[in-house]
Amino acid sequence: MTQFIQQLLNGLTVGSLYALIAVGYTVVYGIVQLINFAHGEVFMIGAFGSLATWQVVCQKSTGLWVLPIMIVGGALCSVAIALVMERFAYRPLRNAPRLAPLITAIGISIALQRAIQLWYPGATSNVPYPSIDGVTGGSLTVGSVVIQRTTLFTLGVLVVSAAALYIFISRTRTGKAMVAVSQDPDTARLMGINVDRIIAAAFAMGAILAALAGVAQGLRDSNVSSTMGFLAGLKAFTAAVLGGIGNIQGAVAGGLVLGLIEAMATQYIPGQFGGNAWSDVYAFIVLILVLVFRPQGLFGARVVDRA
Amino acid sequence: MRSTLIKVGVPVVAGALALSACGSRSGGGSSSGSSDGGSGKVATIGVTAPFTGDLSAVGLGIENSVKLAVQQANAKKVIPGWTLKVDAEDDQGKPEVGTNAATKLAGDPTVVGVVGNLNSSVSTSTQPIFSRANIVQVSPANTGVALTNVGGKRPYATYFRTCTTDAIQGPFAAKYLISQGIKKVATINDQKTYGAGLTAAFEKEFKKEGGTITASQTITDAQTNYSSVISQIKPGAPKALYYGGEYPQAGPLSKQLAQGGLAIPVMGGDGIYDPKYIQLGGRAADLATSVGAPTDSTTAGKAFLAQYKAAKFNSEAGGYGAYAFDAANAIIEALKTSLKDAKTPKDARAATVKAMANVNITGVTGKVAFDKFGDTTNKVLTVYKVTGGAWVAAKTDTF
Repeated sequence: MTQFIQQLLNGLTVGSLYALIAVGYTVVYGIVQLINFAHGEVFMIGAFGSLATWQVVCQKSTGLWVLPIMIVGGALCSVAIALVMERFAYRPLRNAPRLAPLITAIGISIALQRAIQLWYPGATSNVPYPSIDGVTGGSLTVGSVVIQRTTLFTLGVLVVSAAALYIFISRTRTGKAMVAVSQDPDTARLMGINVDRIIAAAFAMGAILAALAGVAQGLRDSNVSSTMGFLAGLKAFTAAVLGGIGNIQGAVAGGLVLGLIEAMATQYIPGQFGGNAWSDVYAFIVLILVLVFRPQGLFGARVVDRA
Repeated sequence: MRSTLIKVGVPVVAGALALSACGSRSGGGSSSGSSDGGSGKVATIGVTAPFTGDLSAVGLGIENSVKLAVQQANAKKVIPGWTLKVDAEDDQGKPEVGTNAATKLAGDPTVVGVVGNLNSSVSTSTQPIFSRANIVQVSPANTGVALTNVGGKRPYATYFRTCTTDAIQGPFAAKYLISQGIKKVATINDQKTYGAGLTAAFEKEFKKEGGTITASQTITDAQTNYSSVISQIKPGAPKALYYGGEYPQAGPLSKQLAQGGLAIPVMGGDGIYDPKYIQLGGRAADLATSVGAPTDSTTAGKAFLAQYKAAKFNSEAGGYGAYAFDAANAIIEALKTSLKDAKTPKDARAATVKAMANVNITGVTGKVAFDKFGDTTNKVLTVYKVTGGAWVAAKTDTF
């Protein structure tokens, strides 16, 4: 039982990160039908941005007070990258065939990885990420279950972000406009909604969540790397599809489910096809099964067909 | 339409250019090779290792050490009538990139020998390429057994190495742990040729010596978080963790072990014996085996490090600098025989391979000579322990 609870916690932590990144995929897809494969790199830039903020602005202090500054610094970097990406790479291609922006996204993704490797000091390999008092360090033990501080932080970030996201989508003008644009951009434009601005807002919102995930992952793993966005992005995209692409609740649930499957597969599948390295295989088997029997994903894709 | 094309095309082309620029770090040097200058003919020694990515710190140490060896050989004019050049090609630690780098080197008519690769999994792909071109390949770091010995037969006559193998490294670690009274160990490996081979050799010897393996787990090198693996091996109550893989994963793994409530020492092979392991989270009392005696413990090693420092390279020599230096010098030694009567570097390739078998020099890491498999005859290993934030030699022995 201890093992089950322990793996449940591990799975939820990993899943929270997938969920935070997956929201960025799903929101952008819901509005412009673009799979932004460079979103994993937005997450990576968020992590490096927060690291740079810590090194430059916070003077490498480890007090808890630096954490909000790091998050803001990371979010500014990732939002800036996401907006530049949207304005100069995707907007000119908005009416181009679907494949053009997709390939562009892959190109941006490689370019960003290379840019960090070239220009961030020491980023040709893993860069150590700071420990912050209170959110890293000694774990808590309940019974024989070990609860890491970073687990609490990551879960906390997900809960707060999910609540903020819900309020943003359902209560604010921009949020409602976003839903309107995703349902019918032409009508939304006729109603006086600035569609370009809303699309940019969607990119920015995804970027903020990705930056939060970047900080959480940096703290948890104690290092970041220029290639960290690739696998995380792939998993988050999978989570978004699992939950139903375009559906925000679905993305969060998909992320958590994916994290749980990986943790449980590591724990309970024995023998040659067991073990952690195989956990991805089981995660994708579940994805395939879900897509076979429920092609719209767990929560149903919320994409209006506008052929 | 035209303007859209330009808008798309420019970033794509710019990106492609940026990428291709990363692929080759020192493209020059090879083109001028075939011209016979009055000052002598030019032969190239290639070096291929990861210069970007996770393992770049080690790869750059290899590149610089080869450059140092070649600089010294040129300064002393050891091969009359010939000038040596270095062509460094990045393999990024990936077999597919390594294949391209090897093909490029093999296609250059001035290349007479290559130092590389760092990863056993990459060398597996580059061996046939160099073999087909009859180019001597000397790895400073491959410890994978199958590279030189497949069921008692040597697969490629062109392949040599200056470091010893996992067949010795794994068992050496097992014996050390048993001698320290540690009888229950869990293992994790990254499923690459190096990590899996090392772990298998370790487990076999450890069981033979009366130890128990409580769990054998696997991870992939793209992973960054190991909490679910750690939770899985924890109930077996191992007294140490043996990790088959490299430091980018091992460092964080060590830190996460402690955070996951399993504060046992991590032991690994030469792949984790790197200062970056400690920066990335390696803890005090973690252990690593590495081939040879510590570079700074011998007179020859100290002299090498002093020369390396004097050459003002932009990165440390790292764990394999000395082996790369010896590998380059072994090639240079063979070239003394093979280039003597050769008209072009390409003519000398077959003779160089033949001459390698007779190389017997005293290098930085000890005697440099090769057995009938192309393996080094030098089987000295050392166990290192993290003490006071650095790797400190704990025990050097001949296996």
